[in-house]
Amino acid sequence: MRPTLYIPADSGALALGAARVARAFETELLRRGLDVKVVRNGSRGLYFLEPMVEVETAAGRFAYGPVRAGDVASLLDAGLLDGGKHPLFLGETEKIPFLARQTRLTFARCGVIDPLSLDDYRAHDGLKGLEKAVAMAPADIVQTVTESGLRGRGGAGFPTGIKWKTVHDAAADRKYIVCNADEGDSATFADRMIMEGDPFVLIEGMAIAAIATGAQKGFVYIRSEYPHAVATMREAIRIATNAGVLGPSVLGSPHGFDIEVRVGAGAYVCGEETSLLNSLEGKRGVVRAKPPLPALEGLFGKPTVVNNVISLASVPIVLDRGAAFYKDFGMGRSRGTIPIQIAGNVRRGGLFEAAFGLTLGEIVEDVAGGTASGRPVKAVQVGGPLGAYFPPSLFTTPFDYEAFAQKDGLIGHAGITVFDDSADMLALAKFAFSFCAIESCGKCTPCRVGSVRGAEVLEKVATGVAREDNLALVAELCETMKFGSLCALGGFTPYPVMSAITHFPQDFAPRPRAQAAE
Amino acid sequence: MGMQPQGTETAARAAQIVEALRGVEGPLLPILHGLQEEFGHVPAEALPVVAEALNLSRAEVHGVVTFYHDFRREPGGRHVLKLCRAEACQSMGAEAIARQVQEALGIGFHETAADGSVTLEPVYCLGLCACAPSAMLDGEPIGRLDAATVAEIAAEVRR
Repeated sequence: MRPTLYIPADSGALALGAARVARAFETELLRRGLDVKVVRNGSRGLYFLEPMVEVETAAGRFAYGPVRAGDVASLLDAGLLDGGKHPLFLGETEKIPFLARQTRLTFARCGVIDPLSLDDYRAHDGLKGLEKAVAMAPADIVQTVTESGLRGRGGAGFPTGIKWKTVHDAAADRKYIVCNADEGDSATFADRMIMEGDPFVLIEGMAIAAIATGAQKGFVYIRSEYPHAVATMREAIRIATNAGVLGPSVLGSPHGFDIEVRVGAGAYVCGEETSLLNSLEGKRGVVRAKPPLPALEGLFGKPTVVNNVISLASVPIVLDRGAAFYKDFGMGRSRGTIPIQIAGNVRRGGLFEAAFGLTLGEIVEDVAGGTASGRPVKAVQVGGPLGAYFPPSLFTTPFDYEAFAQKDGLIGHAGITVFDDSADMLALAKFAFSFCAIESCGKCTPCRVGSVRGAEVLEKVATGVAREDNLALVAELCETMKFGSLCALGGFTPYPVMSAITHFPQDFAPRPRAQAAE
Repeated sequence: MGMQPQGTETAARAAQIVEALRGVEGPLLPILHGLQEEFGHVPAEALPVVAEALNLSRAEVHGVVTFYHDFRREPGGRHVLKLCRAEACQSMGAEAIARQVQEALGIGFHETAADGSVTLEPVYCLGLCACAPSAMLDGEPIGRLDAATVAEIAAEVRR
């Protein structure tokens, strides 16, 4: 058997030197006259082991990592192509504990297959969901998605099937499927990984959504910070169109559906669905007041499904395996799996897909192995820049939409950032306001003005000016922003701010003069 | 770098880009990206051309250009370094790295080096949060920044 070598081309792997590793292999394989098939795959999401090189032999698929260009010669000397032993040998990939403990449904193929091989995609159960969907009545597809319990993975957690039903029921000459790939939250990279590692699953999910709702056109709105994802998605769409997965007759059915990639322009607020629609229309990315719902009057005033990448990428398996299969995973009203993105100061950072219900402590201590610095964990921000800071005393909170809401937090897009005890919570609270000020679209006053004032008032707290009064003012300002803002940017900025004040009061206490003067 | 084209030449090249893209749905952002790719920024001379073709006021086009962080109104450096300043990178010392980068390049954020070698821009997340602190140099990602990689970047942009 001619061995296959997998060298990731995922942005995260590239950031750690995967391109140099690939070049080193190319040179060394040529020099040794070895006949090897090289696949540039996505990432398995084990970033603490990236660049992770895999080899598929008759005996199985083995991993080595983290590999640097300088290791390549010694790896080949050690018989890497036959799964030979080496200090970087990790054993069978699927048995690496970080991976073995996961439940990979949405990410089943990510890092496994050649992202741009439709044959590889089919060989790994790809297109089975869409094949079923083309044979179903649209209303039945909507019903299946509703029954699966799938909720929007972008952060809001709105039931995907209900959204689709609204668009399905709306009468219009043109409807749109818009994929929100404006993944701007710090600590999140699941959308990027799917687009770079398994783009066809997103295309398949969008095509299913189109058939279910009667849409003719889809847009994937990708942030400009993801140039590699943009390139991979564009190429995958071209391949899918040539193969008849997209185009005038989806898989030979009477349904026509096309997809186009659009690139954002560095505005965080465009991750909010209505400002994303304005941006697609070529306008300033200003938030729209709701109603009207985008499901009724969305892109160019037409009924529009706006779903996150992971929501859409989870649809094919729901259709393929059935609503009951998917719903079986999870807890309470949070059904299925969630790709938890473990980031920041951790020993084992990466993507961990699991059924809802793991506790925050299990994720941070057990899965991630604590901090990279080896110092105690001080705070964990869950859900991106608009998510709350949790102290270790709340580590028993299970990963579940409702459980996090009960603790004044949110799951958001399921990114978690771990901070060690050197974190300055006052500085982070102030950063939350400053970030909101930089990214505010300016439409509503609580967000536009409140964010600027909030940062100013916290600066006063930092310098010890009327500390008690100013903290009370911050609390009041947060109330106004929470209830008076049009969208989640202004509305959720109070989460990081107030959680920092509530759980870490010592960081807001008077400071020694020398420190305060910094 | 080369010579700056004359105003009329800029307008003519802009008109070609506009013409190629005006037929797509919601053409303004694709056009602005096209202009920035061509010129390295969105030149003021191009705005009336865009406004005219899309039947918009110049004020509307100006409003869109200035809304988005990506669109530069002056030419940038030969290299563009985007340095992440968001939370996950902060948790791994991004603030200290930001100071080192500014010192190594001799410029602050939103500035271009006097020799035109590099523009430094802040960015809030590159999706490289499990390999923080991170940056992007001319579209290529760089993770786990430290003093050594900062020095490499500084040498690379001056080459």
